[in-house]
Amino acid sequence: MPSGAEMVKRAREQITEVDPRAVHDSASNGGAPLIVDVREQNEFDEGHIPGAVHVPRGFLESRIEGAAPDRSERVVLYCAGGVRSALAAKTLQDELGYENVESMTGGITLWKDRGFDVEVPRALTAEQRARYSRHLLLPEIGLEGQLKLLDAKVLLLGAGGLGSPTALYLAAAGVGTIGLVDDDEVDVSNLQRQVIHTTDRVGMPKVDSAEQSVKALNPGVEVMKHATRLDSSNIMEIIEGYDVIVDGVDNFPTRYLLNDASVRLRIPVVSASILGFDGQLSVFAPYDGPCYRCLYPTPPPAELAPSCGANGVLGVLPGTMGLLQATEVIKLVTGAGEPLIGRLVLYDALATTFTDLKVRRDPDCPICSREPGEISDEEMGVFPDYEAFCAAAG
Amino acid sequence: MSVIRIPPVLRAATGGEKEVAAEGQNVRELLERLAAEHPATQSQLFAEDGELNRYVNVYLNDEDVRVLDGLETPVGGRDTLVILPAMAGG
Repeated sequence: MPSGAEMVKRAREQITEVDPRAVHDSASNGGAPLIVDVREQNEFDEGHIPGAVHVPRGFLESRIEGAAPDRSERVVLYCAGGVRSALAAKTLQDELGYENVESMTGGITLWKDRGFDVEVPRALTAEQRARYSRHLLLPEIGLEGQLKLLDAKVLLLGAGGLGSPTALYLAAAGVGTIGLVDDDEVDVSNLQRQVIHTTDRVGMPKVDSAEQSVKALNPGVEVMKHATRLDSSNIMEIIEGYDVIVDGVDNFPTRYLLNDASVRLRIPVVSASILGFDGQLSVFAPYDGPCYRCLYPTPPPAELAPSCGANGVLGVLPGTMGLLQATEVIKLVTGAGEPLIGRLVLYDALATTFTDLKVRRDPDCPICSREPGEISDEEMGVFPDYEAFCAAAG
Repeated sequence: MSVIRIPPVLRAATGGEKEVAAEGQNVRELLERLAAEHPATQSQLFAEDGELNRYVNVYLNDEDVRVLDGLETPVGGRDTLVILPAMAGG
């Protein structure tokens, strides 16, 4: 039997080898071959050739067809020093019928010595890999999507019925920064639905109570607390810098104000509202789709706009709607799926029906038909009959 | 017969009915039939000039009648009209 060294020597004689400079030059000439890194995961994570796909040698036979389905395509394999890639190239050539396979001499060590670039991918910590493992298994999320979630800044307006489940699940999903805006304190009547709060925290500011629950679930999340009520004087400052806003506020003036400010700053809003057994959900992405004012040019009079406080709400309803909001946030952040832009979903809990309605951009919309710079501070949050509305609403 | 879906805030005006069947050639006729049967809905749906109140959205199946022919949009017997008010609860 030949020794290992003899076997390697023989393999290198039977395959084609290529110098890193030739690989680099053909890549920059536009004739880039498929470059395959056959090293182990930790080696790949420490740095690899930009654009290389990773097929560890141990998985070569089972995974190479996924990476290189066309056997006539030019494939260049590399490892650390050129040995493992030579053996892998021989396998591809002799056993799997690849017609145009090469092994890069000297591996990535020589590549680096030649002064060529190496890409060091961002990696999760071992704790993060374990915590988010079920996301990492989903092709639609994966490492890339999880890193986007970890980088995301999401602002929740209201740490109440809708904000409770949204905050908990977004924290669990690994959203890196969660902002909370609420000036209220936990009341015992909240606990029928606001599951982020607890009985022993009655009387505590909601932002503090919510922060405790978020941190207990996922200490890696940064919580930004805004224990204030949004108004035209503070809204631009508070919402600026967030990637997505989740609207769960309980009154019309703030919903219009939020719409106008988010259009000015081009921040998408995942909006839901609830009453009784019914919920509504939509995503307002400024200039990509309609805004809140395109859907509702003016709010109903106060007698047709009862609040949950006055009319009641099924405790699980904000759970359902809040989790639909959290789902839309994750879709917006990761780019997975089709976000609910230009559509309105109505949920009827008693009938268990979802109704999907189309929402169009209004070419005459007082806000989003104009450029952000044309919208003035004075106009924000104002709607026809605003003063009468607010007087009637008390 | 077409079906008109009644939102929660208008159900007091329809005696608790969630759906009302009505006959009519267009959206206006259907809503007028509804108002005739349940007079309390009249002022909630229509402004004094006979047009829809601006805060009432009406959808024929899944399309806003404002992008169709408004109240004059023709209606077929299998169509559903959805009356949709804005809600602000959170």
